[in-house]
Amino acid sequence: MHYQRLLPICLAAVGILMLTGCGSKNKQNTVTAVGSTAMQPLVQKAGSDYQAEHPKVSITVQGGGSGTGLSQVETGAVNIGDSDIFAEQKDGIHAKKLIDHQVAVVGIAPITNPKNGVNNLSEKQLENIFLGKIKNWKEVGGKDLPIIVINRAQGSGTRSTFEKSVLKGKDAVKSQEQDSNGTVQKIVENTPGTISYLSLPYLNNQVKVLSVDHIQPNYQNITTNRWKIWSYEHMYTNKQPSPTTKKFIAYIMSKPTQQKLVKAAGYVSIHDMKVQMDAAGKVTHKPK
Amino acid sequence: MNKMQQRLLHPSKATRQDRFGKTISLICIGFIMILTVSIIGFIAIHGLATFFENHVSVMQFIFSSNWNPGQLGKNGQPQVGAFAMIVASFAVTLLAAILATPFAIAVALYMTELAPKRGAKMLQPVIELLVGIPSVVYGFIGLVVIVPAIRSVFGGTGFGILAGSIVLFVMILPTITSLTIDSLQQVPDHYRKASLALGATKWQTIYKVILRAALPGILTAIVFGMARAFGEALAVQMVIGNAALTPTSLTSPTATLTSQLTSQMGDTIMGTLPNNALWSLALVLLIMSVIFNLLIKVVGKRGEMKK
Amino acid sequence: MKNSVNKKAEHANQIALLIIKAMVGVVVLILMALLGYILITGIPNVSWHFLTSPSKDFGAGGGIVNELFNSVYILIITLVISCPLALGAGIYLAEFAKPSFLTNTMRTTIEVLSSLPSIVIGLFGYLVLVIKFQFDFSIISGAFALMFVNIPLLTRNTEESLKAVSHSQREAGWALGLSKWRTILKIILPAAVPGLVTGIILSAGRIFGEAAALIFTAGQSTPVISYANWNPFSSTSFLNPMRPTETLAVHIWKLNTDGITPDATQISSGASAVLIIVILSIILLSRFLGNYLYKKMSGTK
Repeated sequence: MHYQRLLPICLAAVGILMLTGCGSKNKQNTVTAVGSTAMQPLVQKAGSDYQAEHPKVSITVQGGGSGTGLSQVETGAVNIGDSDIFAEQKDGIHAKKLIDHQVAVVGIAPITNPKNGVNNLSEKQLENIFLGKIKNWKEVGGKDLPIIVINRAQGSGTRSTFEKSVLKGKDAVKSQEQDSNGTVQKIVENTPGTISYLSLPYLNNQVKVLSVDHIQPNYQNITTNRWKIWSYEHMYTNKQPSPTTKKFIAYIMSKPTQQKLVKAAGYVSIHDMKVQMDAAGKVTHKPK
Repeated sequence: MNKMQQRLLHPSKATRQDRFGKTISLICIGFIMILTVSIIGFIAIHGLATFFENHVSVMQFIFSSNWNPGQLGKNGQPQVGAFAMIVASFAVTLLAAILATPFAIAVALYMTELAPKRGAKMLQPVIELLVGIPSVVYGFIGLVVIVPAIRSVFGGTGFGILAGSIVLFVMILPTITSLTIDSLQQVPDHYRKASLALGATKWQTIYKVILRAALPGILTAIVFGMARAFGEALAVQMVIGNAALTPTSLTSPTATLTSQLTSQMGDTIMGTLPNNALWSLALVLLIMSVIFNLLIKVVGKRGEMKK
Repeated sequence: MKNSVNKKAEHANQIALLIIKAMVGVVVLILMALLGYILITGIPNVSWHFLTSPSKDFGAGGGIVNELFNSVYILIITLVISCPLALGAGIYLAEFAKPSFLTNTMRTTIEVLSSLPSIVIGLFGYLVLVIKFQFDFSIISGAFALMFVNIPLLTRNTEESLKAVSHSQREAGWALGLSKWRTILKIILPAAVPGLVTGIILSAGRIFGEAAALIFTAGQSTPVISYANWNPFSSTSFLNPMRPTETLAVHIWKLNTDGITPDATQISSGASAVLIIVILSIILLSRFLGNYLYKKMSGTK
């Protein structure tokens, strides 16, 4: 064995790898979208479908969280910042520098472990549970079981949407926090007494979906704002998006994509919404 | 004469080889040190920004346990108190190491001293396999198996330091075991023979000779095991509860530095207070790990065999 | 009198050995339960189709072929970058460095590096490699980030294994008139091979199972790639180190945290089983190679 020979070979390999990096760059036809993990499957599928139709374009979709998406699109490091919340709601982001493309709507539903014995809560009860004022399921007609609140991580888009429409600005009780839909779903599924909330695409039949004041969190109710806990899925770009970026967003907004892809992924098509919401959370009827 | 002078005054081939070797290895360590220092510096700059730019007092950061960096508290100060997480990180890591070390040493002894053939062939690959299982898988198994078990035995929710330590115990076992095996194997065979020839029993040989001789290596193994435990996020996060509350018992939900760091990093904006506060957590983690490291070294010095 | 002391020692000996064996038994039980759990829940989901088809973003029936290849590819690149570095650094620490405050500081720093949470390394990699150096989300960025993860363990392990080679071997080399460097290369390194292999195996396993450091560097999606395109400069080639990539561990992480395919649980347990089998084969292969090298280079039988 000759170590002396191995070392140069390794160095050469590294060098070649670096060179390939510099050689194969073509920024014109690439679109990089970074941000909300909840949006990732949707954008990724749209990206690979788009790439199949336009072979010269390369679309990279990565997660990382809404905060990452917004700050990276603002600095110009990526083309698109995916976000669950309005840029205006995020400290440290200059929303004026960005263009908001609302590509879908996602509903959020409170969920519990099936063993708690509760199917419906009033809005007040839900609020008090998350404020820590109601501590046992028997207070709301369920079993004698202490309530375990599972919240989402601080700063998460889903959490701010939920807290805004349920807690209306009050501070939630200090509780367990998890940073992803999947983990929340698994914990609620496996732990009696838990309550949390999930984006609709992540619901499955292992957890109990609660109705609030007997209104079900379904497609129809979200479009009319009867179900109030929902938010937009945003794709932010800077003021001068590249032509490829523009075309890609137009593709996502197009009728076929909205009707097939967006619905299949469990989101509400932006075209079906009968109401609209502004960054301050005010809901108005959509002008025809 | 001239030739002779030249040969005497110029470095020999061996010297040149030595210089060449030393230079190459120095370049390697230099490069690694640059990388290490740059990442540590990076963390320090961002971590210290909480105190210098956002003017959070260090005392409040370390001794308060009110963690809600997105919002201002009643006194107008940002709520960044990491006390709960520091305690939890410390407790989880220590408990996991205390649990894992005896088992790791037992397994290592079994493989090297008691049943080298069978042990090394069968057990070692399987133990090494454990390193490669992704954290999420550990976390998930912890969530479905360990948390309910703790819940049914101790009551409460089952989430907490105990569950975290048990999961970490399995995760750091392979690191400590493998490195301990190495250091046991490096104990020269004549130590064993000499001890047995003096009439010592196998246990006496192990306890008085082999373990003493291998101590520095074993301590390195523990350091790396604890480091792994310290830095682990995803698995711990799923079983510890990840609630920024000061732990009142081994089974009350709490959060470690790493789990909070990982779960909030993606949703904060670079340069803002919530983000800086997270980097401060990383800095605390680094400092704690330095302290751990030095402590273990000091303990090791005391127990080390005089050469 | 003497007899009773012997008896006592004998007694202690038996008890101690029994305790050791019992503890080993407990560990074996834990291992079997853990691996059994993963394999039993996973294997039924593994099929030829599963191993050879690409993953799906939503809808059932996705496979893991790209993830499997990516994991192996990124592992190889990472080892190619980090092994020579760690070897060199280990040699310096073990053979050339004089015991001083500086050397000790270096050791401590390297050890401390290993306690950094992967997410911190991932973010550092993102800000420096992906953004500053413009490597984008790519295999290369991922490999460099992983280098941070495995260099501490590898370096310290190299140092320990080199130091463990008995001093007489060194003296023999010098007595033969070999330079210090030649002695290291020809005598000490070959003798240290088994220890080095342990280090490489441990770090390879860690790389294979690592997710958090890769999410921000290598990325968490794989573009459409072709296994027929052998030109590493082409963006659709499977060999191109500049393409974003999703490894098996990242895929498992994603399925568990944000997977919306209906069969996420099945795919993730199947993928975990495959992952374990691949790691086991890597371990066995490298042990075998290590033994072969050791025998060949050190001349022992």
